Amino acid sequence: MIGWLLAISQALLFLLAAPLMAGWVKWLKCRLQNRKGPPPWQPYRDLAKLFGKEVVLAETASPVFRVAPYMVFSVTALAGSVVPLLTVGLPTSAIADVIVLIGFFALARFFLALAGMDVGTAFGGMGSSREMTISSLAEPALLLAVFTLAMTVASTNLSTVIAHLATEPPQLYPSFIFAALAMALVAVAETGRVPIDNPATHLELTMTHEAMILEYSSRHLALMEWAAMMKLLLYGVLLANLFIPWGVGLTFTPAAVGWGLLAITAKLFFLGIILAVTETSLAKMRLFRVPQYLSLAFILSLIGLLSHVILER
Amino acid sequence: MALHLAILAVLASLASALAPIPFHRSHRLLKGLAFLLLAISGIAAVTGGFLALFAEKPAELLLPVGLPWLHCHLRLDPLAGFFLAIIGLITLVVSLYGPTYVREYQGGPQPLLVLTLFTGLFVGGMYLLVLAADAFSFMASWEIMSVSSYFLVAFQHQHAKNRAAAFLYLLMAQVGGLCILLAYGVLAAFGDGFTFAAMASAQLDSSWSTIAFLLAFVGFGMKAGVVPLHVWLPQAHPVAPSHISALMSGVMLKVAVYGFIRFTYFLLGDILWQWGVLTLFIGSASALLGVLYALMQHDLKRLLAYHSVENIGIIYMGLGLSMIFAGSALPGLATLGLIAALYHCLNHAVFKSLLFLGAGAIIHQSHEHDLEQMGGLIRRMPVTAVCFLVGCISISALPPFNGFVSEWLTFQAALQGSALQGGVLSSLIPLAAAVLALTGALAAACFVKVYGIAFLGLPRSRHARKARIPQPAMLTAQGILAALCLVLGILPTWTVGVLNRIARDLLGHGLPEATAHGWLWLTPMDPRQASYGAPLTLLGIGLACLLAYLLLHPRKQTPIRTGAAWDCGFGPLSPRMQYTATAFSMPLRRVFRPVWSVSEGLEDTGTGRAYRLKIGDWAWLKVYQPLGALLLAAARRVTLIQGGNIRAYLAYSFFTLLFLLWVIV
Amino acid sequence: MILSGLPLAEQVILTLASLILFTSFLLLAQSRLFGLINTFAWQGVLLFLATIMMAATYDRHHLYISAALTLGLKVFFIPWQLRRMVVRLDIFRQVETVVGGSLLVMIGAGVLVLFSYYVVLPIRELALLSIRNTIAVSLAVILIGMLMIITRRKAVAQVIGFMSMENGLFFSAIVSTSGMPMVVELGVAFDVLVAAILFGIFFFQIRAGIGSLDVDHLNRLREGDQ
Repeated sequence: MIGWLLAISQALLFLLAAPLMAGWVKWLKCRLQNRKGPPPWQPYRDLAKLFGKEVVLAETASPVFRVAPYMVFSVTALAGSVVPLLTVGLPTSAIADVIVLIGFFALARFFLALAGMDVGTAFGGMGSSREMTISSLAEPALLLAVFTLAMTVASTNLSTVIAHLATEPPQLYPSFIFAALAMALVAVAETGRVPIDNPATHLELTMTHEAMILEYSSRHLALMEWAAMMKLLLYGVLLANLFIPWGVGLTFTPAAVGWGLLAITAKLFFLGIILAVTETSLAKMRLFRVPQYLSLAFILSLIGLLSHVILER
Repeated sequence: MALHLAILAVLASLASALAPIPFHRSHRLLKGLAFLLLAISGIAAVTGGFLALFAEKPAELLLPVGLPWLHCHLRLDPLAGFFLAIIGLITLVVSLYGPTYVREYQGGPQPLLVLTLFTGLFVGGMYLLVLAADAFSFMASWEIMSVSSYFLVAFQHQHAKNRAAAFLYLLMAQVGGLCILLAYGVLAAFGDGFTFAAMASAQLDSSWSTIAFLLAFVGFGMKAGVVPLHVWLPQAHPVAPSHISALMSGVMLKVAVYGFIRFTYFLLGDILWQWGVLTLFIGSASALLGVLYALMQHDLKRLLAYHSVENIGIIYMGLGLSMIFAGSALPGLATLGLIAALYHCLNHAVFKSLLFLGAGAIIHQSHEHDLEQMGGLIRRMPVTAVCFLVGCISISALPPFNGFVSEWLTFQAALQGSALQGGVLSSLIPLAAAVLALTGALAAACFVKVYGIAFLGLPRSRHARKARIPQPAMLTAQGILAALCLVLGILPTWTVGVLNRIARDLLGHGLPEATAHGWLWLTPMDPRQASYGAPLTLLGIGLACLLAYLLLHPRKQTPIRTGAAWDCGFGPLSPRMQYTATAFSMPLRRVFRPVWSVSEGLEDTGTGRAYRLKIGDWAWLKVYQPLGALLLAAARRVTLIQGGNIRAYLAYSFFTLLFLLWVIV
Repeated sequence: MILSGLPLAEQVILTLASLILFTSFLLLAQSRLFGLINTFAWQGVLLFLATIMMAATYDRHHLYISAALTLGLKVFFIPWQLRRMVVRLDIFRQVETVVGGSLLVMIGAGVLVLFSYYVVLPIRELALLSIRNTIAVSLAVILIGMLMIITRRKAVAQVIGFMSMENGLFFSAIVSTSGMPMVVELGVAFDVLVAAILFGIFFFQIRAGIGSLDVDHLNRLREGDQ
């Protein structure tokens, strides 16, 4: 019972913390670029503002266009509820292992891309086409990186993996270095950050995610934006808790949960700094350089796998 | 009981072929009778198959027909029952869909009778094939299936393209049939006769069993359409009527898989892991190349046909993994792979038939095959749109629908690679899993393209603008399959529980753990290793949607304001400004360029310039065309003896006579 | 072998081995000459660290000299020399293209890694299993260096491929036998140094002769009818 209660509150925390993470990265980026950025809690205000606005739909929009934001949002929220944020061993973590989690991302993306195609503008189709191209190259790299972890621990259940890594004596897995790098590259691509996509612009030649949601307004737009923020947080938590598992609560006691909260906050704090610094120091790539970038991710995860097989078994 | 129902199914389907012959003057009577009997056969097959799955021991029967020294042996074990049920299910749905669909062919150049006659024979041949328990009746029903489906492919033979496709199909089916015959020959030589029971007890050394395996692999692979034996498939499937495409793609390919499983697991028995490596490799290649070729197609049915290649590849991957584990004495993991493959057989039958029926509905209502001419169909045919969406999600392997479960199981099987001793092998298997991931992601891209171009956006042609709502019977058929997609997706534990019986029958080992934690949790090995709560996934998505809707939707119902889509201030948007299917797949075309033989450029059309793109299949260009040219050249050599001189011909006869006399003496 | 049974020093050496393998892949993927030279220098750094680790863990003092040689030659002198040559030859803007498609070459390299693992697998003579596995890695580095020589067009890239082969050899020597005898090692180091200088002279000769550093132009030298 306490498990389910904790699971639900963790999912809620996930929902509520997502805008803060996005705002934190944005604020940092502004500071790094010598600008006085919006405060980290600005995304909350934006969401609140959007929820209060009136919906304007394109005349050519079909029901898919109106269903898609709810689907994207709820699937991402469900993904958030199965990833161990504060503690491991929650009952929700049995619903989905890491392959199902990747399936959730794919499902959300499927509806997002369909929504882009729906109105019948060139922008939407362009965004969908790019999104599906990038993700189809990123997914194998991500999966291979995850497999390296899964083969080390002999489990695809995120909770088991994290618990196993957190409790064993600290070791240097060569394969994890590569898996972590590959996953970080994929995370940047999948969450639409520089150098793959720029969340801050609406230039037609560069945008991917923004092109798909260009026709959205009001609560629909808010849901889409919120889902994107959750995805950023999700990848952050995955990276943080899989590769730096220490600090995650192993039991449901208040102390363990509290330590878990503290640990994840600290990890995400630093991840945000890393993300902001890289985004500031890199320029956006041409679209057709992206396959090279993702093949680097794939090769990293391949080497991770090979070094797991060769060096660690 | 189960076997009697199965025989009833065979008889009903044969009756559906023959009974309408006297009534061919009346279209109504003809259709009614043929499809009613077909439906009866479907129901009988599904029930019979189910009974066989739960039967204590396999039912056997010896029919006093066939060769004098080899009567027709029939046997219905769980494996046969499973495939019988698949065939019956799709036949049932097709017989619901067919009467309205074939209206298009009434008054056409071909009599409708031809269609119903060969449909009945085709289905009957497939039923008989899974029941057969000796090589002779197996081959006889295999040929019935092949030849009658040839006539179905060639049904609209007024187009030269269709004749060519049908001929290619027949040719490859015959070559495949020959390979299978030889494979049985090898087994029969070592065993004691042509019954399956005798063959299964044959003692082969590993080199002969490998030869038999390779022959069977080529023979069944030819029919199943694995790369590089797939070339007939994307040509033959699109030209058949859509409900027949559904049967061919959804069922006939599965029958080939059935033959392969029957041969490898049941008749050969002692599986070598090297066979598994071959199967896994060919399966991965088929999956990846199938989906990449599908991405470049604009003809909806051709695209779906290439996806059949992909899905057969996924099935073969599961089988390959299973065979590797079986050959390495890991029966538990072998079971996992086999169950994944069988599950995907069922799933593919359901969602591919659904998609073909949906494509048929589109073609029936808008007379467009080409994706580039469609668009906005969701407004004209909403129910088909919903069903087709379900099919798209399922085939893209997205939770919580059925395609995901079987791919998930395949992934789980691949992840167990570290249980193997050989280090090289255990690192190759995860690579196969990466290929599977790439395949799944590309399939999702492809179906975003299909759905987005066909159903969403604005209509790109007058036909698409004027499409009508399909008849209720057609919609019901699609609805049933769509519902099945969901049910098979969220209740995987039940399905796996049933499939366990087949695995236990074939490998002597089940997956007891998979269903041990209630119907909510699917746990193939151990709940700590991996678990998937499909019903909870659906519930979670539903709850989150509902909550978001309730919290965010305004209380007072005001009509939603609509406005024109953003046109950058340049005036109204036209359908021609939308992304096309070609444009959608362009980035991927650039990334994977060497996979196809691409020729693109601009050409003058008289009124202006047009972009021209031609995608060729390397297998066709590099393997089959040279092979064909070689054969033709050889044949031309042979024609030298045909000089046209009557005395030369007489001399041939004379020398033949002399030779024969010499042989006899 | 289970990783957790190993002392930390060996874990570090294994990690360095995998990183050296990674730099080999990077060398294969680099299309710019300066990037190539820098990656090669990084491979030298990793090799230096691995040598130091071996020297410290197993108390082999002569390995410190090897480490110093590695640092001096492979991290500083040769990359510096190559960089100078690239600048003097005025080819630093040129983009190297890989023969046969980069992804294909990468897959080939992956296959080579597995192959070298497969080759090394039956060796049971070695005392430590971890050493067997690092030998697999160093064999892979050698083979990838060779693959690089085959697939590159520019002579400079081929030279770097050759040097990285030598790195692989050196790595296998330090992990399996804790270093070659001092004389051999000094000799090899001297050879590499001479090779680097000789190659430099050759570059100028090749360019003077055929007006380019693209070795495909040497195809014209073949005999027989064109």
